[in-house]
Amino acid sequence: MIRFDNVSKTYPKQTRPALRDVSLEIEKGEFVFLVGSSGSGKSTFLRLLLREERASHGAVHVLGKDLARLSNWKVPHMRRQLGTVFQDFRLLPNKTVGENVAFALEVIGKPRAAIRKTVPEVLDLVGLGGKDDRMPGELSGGEQQRVAIARAFVNRPMLLIADEPTGNLDPQTSVGIMKLLDRINRTGTTVVMATHDQQIVDQMRKRVIELEKGRLVRDQSRGVYGYQH
Amino acid sequence: MRAQFVLSEIGVGLRRNLTMTFAVIVSVALSLALFGGSLLMREQVSTMKGYWYDKVNVSIFLCNKNDKESSSANCAKGAVTEAQKKEIRSELKQMNVVESVHFETSEEAYKHYKEQFGDSPLADSLTPDQMQESFRVKLKDPERYDVISTAFAARPGVQEVQDQKKLVDDLFNLLNGMNFAALAVMTLMLVVALMLIVNTVRVSAFSRRRETGIMRLVGASSFYIQMPFIMEAAIAGLLGAGFACVLLVSGQYFLVNNWLVNKIDVINFIGWDAVLAKLPLVLAIGLLMPALAAFFALRKYLKV
Repeated sequence: MIRFDNVSKTYPKQTRPALRDVSLEIEKGEFVFLVGSSGSGKSTFLRLLLREERASHGAVHVLGKDLARLSNWKVPHMRRQLGTVFQDFRLLPNKTVGENVAFALEVIGKPRAAIRKTVPEVLDLVGLGGKDDRMPGELSGGEQQRVAIARAFVNRPMLLIADEPTGNLDPQTSVGIMKLLDRINRTGTTVVMATHDQQIVDQMRKRVIELEKGRLVRDQSRGVYGYQH
Repeated sequence: MRAQFVLSEIGVGLRRNLTMTFAVIVSVALSLALFGGSLLMREQVSTMKGYWYDKVNVSIFLCNKNDKESSSANCAKGAVTEAQKKEIRSELKQMNVVESVHFETSEEAYKHYKEQFGDSPLADSLTPDQMQESFRVKLKDPERYDVISTAFAARPGVQEVQDQKKLVDDLFNLLNGMNFAALAVMTLMLVVALMLIVNTVRVSAFSRRRETGIMRLVGASSFYIQMPFIMEAAIAGLLGAGFACVLLVSGQYFLVNNWLVNKIDVINFIGWDAVLAKLPLVLAIGLLMPALAAFFALRKYLKV
């Protein structure tokens, strides 16, 4: 599913690499936490997965493709097989919940009939059934994040990438979001989630990958958060 | 679905940048109107050239008996003789650049002069024998004036070889100069229009970075993301080109057909067919140029 072979990333005009010689493999269907303090390279790791950035050295394989060899015009196609969720939800404030989810399908040219059928289904799945016509501003943070997850999942991606999805939410709401992600994971979707939330990592007992100053310092199955911040 | 989605995005974009869109439309309209105008002007000059070059000829003025006293050095030996006239005429007939030769007698010259300047007080004091005789030579190629000039300018009995083409050329040079100025202004306006488009696209891309960011994440193709921006610029450009067409057509209608034609009847002005033939070109440029400008601006301002 994902393979990093001696991956390093140095941003232009910076001397210190953001990622140093990272090698790891993530299998299909895994649930992986990516932990580390700010500036440890978590974001760079995720950006490499999304091919927002290219590795300076080494090879990144996602969904069986070498991203260095993927030509630019094929990148959108690759991204359609990924779902992404962010801390700040990234919803369109002037579109309804249903339209926000539908947007993801519209821009990749799905036919209208398919969209009308899929959107309520996936909103049901994330626990927002019947809220199609609400505006994002009317919803709580947790609900907004559910909309974002619905949008990420509406294409039935092989891989879901979540960048601190609970970062803006209170603990109780966070637990709800984690249950949802766990459920998505159980449908066979691989989930990679960067987080600072110690409680969640300790509770879930999933594989934990820890980065520190760009290096891979821990890769533990059924791990715990394990460091103090 | 797709078309409807793209169209609504374009509408939103155009309305959001209403003032900028307006500026783009106006500058595109002006530059394209100047462009079309100068194309038409060039056509006008070339039809006028065809018309006038057909009429102009080279005049070989012969010495009059009065010219002896005048300052003209060529005529120091007195009036032209019959033998000299005969020689010039036969030589002219043999030259292959010459199409036809007409001999204008002093009576004819007097008559033409009276026709043209009949009312001036000077005309009354003139008599036919004061007028110069001349050969009016029509050339196959009006550019070959120099052949006649070198052959006859220094000939005894010839006062002066005059090329009428020079006279009309001055007019054409003036028109060409105006045309050049119009093209220069057009180029400037075009640069302004392009910079406005680039700026509009930049603002537009910035104000929609949220949408485009999400589009990118869910895997919209770059064509799909860029399309609304390019179409926006193309539509604004097309509107501008439409205004330019209206300007050209009304220019032809009001300025040429209803005014100049009545004022100046020696010039045959270009007609509707010439004007209408330019409109598709103007529209095509108005559509493609802003679209291209937007495309290149997007490469810089919109990450896809």
